[in-house]
Amino acid sequence: MASVNNLNGYSIDIDNAVVSYREDIALRGVSLKVKHGEFIGIVGPNGAGKTTLLTIINGMGKLLHGRVVVLGHQLTPGNGHSLRKKVGYVPQAQSIDPRMPMNVREVAMIGRYGRLGLFRKPAAHDWKIVDTALELVGMTHLARRPIGHLSGGEQQRVAIARCLAQEPELFLLDEPTASLDWRAKTDIMELVKRIHDLRGLTTLFVTHDLSALPIACDRVVLMKDGLIWGEGSPGALLTDEKLGQLYDLPVAEVEKRRREAALV
Amino acid sequence: MDLSIFTYPFMQNALLSAFLGGIACSIIGVFVVLLHMPFIGVCMSHAAFAGALLGLWLGFNPMIGAFIFSLGAAAVVGPLADRGELNPETSVGVIFSLMLGLAFLFMGLMSGPKSAALELLWGSILTNTRSDIVVLGVVAVVVVGVIFIFYKEIQATVFQRDMARAVGIPATLMLYSILLLMGATITASFSSIGGLLIFSLILNPAAAAYQLTYSMKKMFILSAVFGVLSGWTGLLISYLFNVPSGATIVITSSVIFMLAVISSPKRKVKRWQKKPLGEEAP
Repeated sequence: MASVNNLNGYSIDIDNAVVSYREDIALRGVSLKVKHGEFIGIVGPNGAGKTTLLTIINGMGKLLHGRVVVLGHQLTPGNGHSLRKKVGYVPQAQSIDPRMPMNVREVAMIGRYGRLGLFRKPAAHDWKIVDTALELVGMTHLARRPIGHLSGGEQQRVAIARCLAQEPELFLLDEPTASLDWRAKTDIMELVKRIHDLRGLTTLFVTHDLSALPIACDRVVLMKDGLIWGEGSPGALLTDEKLGQLYDLPVAEVEKRRREAALV
Repeated sequence: MDLSIFTYPFMQNALLSAFLGGIACSIIGVFVVLLHMPFIGVCMSHAAFAGALLGLWLGFNPMIGAFIFSLGAAAVVGPLADRGELNPETSVGVIFSLMLGLAFLFMGLMSGPKSAALELLWGSILTNTRSDIVVLGVVAVVVVGVIFIFYKEIQATVFQRDMARAVGIPATLMLYSILLLMGATITASFSSIGGLLIFSLILNPAAAAYQLTYSMKKMFILSAVFGVLSGWTGLLISYLFNVPSGATIVITSSVIFMLAVISSPKRKVKRWQKKPLGEEAP
């Protein structure tokens, strides 16, 4: 993997990234720098390119043009494999077969597998890391339950524990609270922020739902139509006027929906 | 009951073939069940049948034809499944019917008696030779060995391929390795069980094991036990009632599956979930 020695305090440095899926262009020249330890909220409507942005950071997306440097390594086609071991990724809640023959502890252990590499079995040390991660997300009491028997919120906690077991330097969350109820949503947001602070991670939290954005973001990035539409402090960017433009809604409608979201 | 038949070499070969084929097929079946890809196995087994008939028609080793055709089917269907673009009702239907069409075309083009082709169709475990057993043995050892060596990668891949990739596991490579093993297993086993029946011996024992356990390791073991049990019981029934062994083996595996469904603890998930925490099975 190409190594870039001078990080200048940045964990992520994206320069003019272009990504397309067949005829559709998902990112149209996105540039973004993220400092070590920053907590970034990425907000935008569906189809804005938020998930694609995360996939080029963890090396799963294919760049058509541009440059991505993550944790000091420049990503090129096919070399994201080893970098992914240092990047924790929590996708949207996915449907898991209730009969799946794996328990919570085994699913969390998958986070260790990439770091262990081929031909090495998990040792007592790895199980200890997994148990610590499960404890941190409050899932110790369900550690031996079949994964398919948990609620959506509990499964997302396990996904976060799996990331922690990976001992990542970067923490990427792609709509982790989508389809969860209000209580589970707020619990997950608080948990993510607590883990970010505790582990000193660099975190990118993607959401299209403003009520699912942790209040304590250091910076917010607004995305629309495959472009970064604005970035800055949450207070400066998450105004009714800006959000109205971002989501193509009249300001009065944004105010109304914000009030409704606050009441939920 | 006169069981002296089991002292004859041809029957001992058949028992050994059922043991090795049962293990290989049923373990491959665990992948088919956990990856939710039964359609790929169906396509591959029917493609193997067509390839073997092509070999018979053109005069080369049918096993080579079977292996190439089954891998060809996997090469077409596998990438679609891996990218989540597979529509089982269309792509698989087209390939499945194409393979059956080719199989019957090759059979029709053959001159002379069709007994060899019909043996491939229905299977002929009682005529297995030592070399057939060696091939089955090698495939069974490779399948079991792969499970032992790459258990954690396999576990992650069958759980969620995207998640496996996200933690740095070569999930796509694992998926294609599984398909390659499936092709080898189908090729080695189908002359014993029959081209039209082999997929049942792959799917049924694993589907039965899936009903009975929440542990993946136990699922592999149970599936292998059911696979061997199907083979041996099917052979015994075949001998006792003088009926085709491939059919009795597959019917036995289907009965085991039905019994597993009836006695499955997974049908009682809600009751299980209401137990106080900490009482769950280890």
